[in-house]
Amino acid sequence: MTDSHPHDHHDHAHPHRHPPRPDTDDTLGHFQIMEIAVRELLIGKGIITPAEIQRAIEAMDARGEALGAKIVARAWTDPAFKTRLIADGTEAVRDFGVDMGTTRLFVVENTPTVHNMVVCTLCSCYPRMVLGLPPDWYKSRNYRRRAVREPRAVLTEFGIVIPDGVVIRVHDSTADMRYLVLPQRPAGTDDWSAERLAKLINRDAMIGVALARQP
Amino acid sequence: MNARAAANAAVTARFKPGDAVTVRRAYPPGHIRTPWYIRGHSGTVVHALGPFPNPEELAYNRPGLPAQPLYRVRFRQGAVWPDYAGNPADTLDIEIYQHWLEAESDAAR
Amino acid sequence: MKQSLPAGLAAHGIADNNRHMREPIRGHHDMGGLPAGPVERTEHDYAFWEKRVDAMNVLLASKGHLRVDEMRKNIEALPPDAYERMTYYERWMSAIANTLLQRGVLTADELGRKMEEIARREGVAR
Repeated sequence: MTDSHPHDHHDHAHPHRHPPRPDTDDTLGHFQIMEIAVRELLIGKGIITPAEIQRAIEAMDARGEALGAKIVARAWTDPAFKTRLIADGTEAVRDFGVDMGTTRLFVVENTPTVHNMVVCTLCSCYPRMVLGLPPDWYKSRNYRRRAVREPRAVLTEFGIVIPDGVVIRVHDSTADMRYLVLPQRPAGTDDWSAERLAKLINRDAMIGVALARQP
Repeated sequence: MNARAAANAAVTARFKPGDAVTVRRAYPPGHIRTPWYIRGHSGTVVHALGPFPNPEELAYNRPGLPAQPLYRVRFRQGAVWPDYAGNPADTLDIEIYQHWLEAESDAAR
Repeated sequence: MKQSLPAGLAAHGIADNNRHMREPIRGHHDMGGLPAGPVERTEHDYAFWEKRVDAMNVLLASKGHLRVDEMRKNIEALPPDAYERMTYYERWMSAIANTLLQRGVLTADELGRKMEEIARREGVAR
């Protein structure tokens, strides 16, 4: 049974990789009913409009790992940009049309001696303006509990083993700072264009639970 | 300074990068952004991030002024967890508001 | 002299007034460092209704009707079992509703009645 929302417009294509699930396989849940109710009340009071909701959805849908990968690839190929990115990530990503709003972007660089990893133990803070919506596991109890205490075990589960000689820095996002990991550039890519390099960079590498792909 | 300006002024920053600080071992109720696991632990200031309205007040739709200086503080994993597995020089970097910090030398033992 | 709790009293939900909680209560959300199992690397494609919740949150914040801090506070106030049983966006939806009630943008009565109306409209049995 599909739900019916007099004020909604669902019949358009979303330009993103995964089509959204249909709203319901069966009866609406309590909080889905609450969503409809709050939305209709707010629209009735003139506080929000259906068009605004649609635009906000489309804006978030347009963000995803591709944007983050472009930023990283540019940092790899443009030393002046990389310097700006690390000194003031919020300002540097404006080059890509990113507005961090009330948050600030800190780009933390992986090196041969330091590996960075990001978590929000208290809730789910994530650099949404650059990477889009976070994956479920990032918001999960087990990641939030263990990333700060046993990062190496968690990274092993994710498939990477960081040598003991490399320091791991875990960043717990407790305030308005949002962290993006700048992965190490893989060897053997010296003459690659930024566009080609971007394909080696995925979301998990920018959270710090993966490395950039090898060529 | 009138009351409004006083409310708007930020609290003076007490710490700078390199300072040794200890997180207060306090347990007030409310909306607290200092994680339980780090209270009582000592670390080093790596960034002075400037003043921010206090989220403990923002949580109740109050302005959270005067703004509190915010710091990124770095903790050694080997010091935070008794059973830490891995390089003890691994770190935890956390943002902590000034009112949760004391100079390590001043911290109650 | 402290007496031990008579057997059976606790089962009736009666705390012993002669004893006191010695430890502060840790928020359920304040979970860094607690024991946990393997990270399940689940991801799901966000449903339309979840995207609408996200959009409402972003819009209401930009219009000054809620702050992320109020949202967090309201999620933190959920009972632990509700926190665990609710999905991420169910928690956010609950927090949006509570924040709007706290701010006086909506009343509990109008929200309750609207939800009843929608349940009827959508054929959801109550």
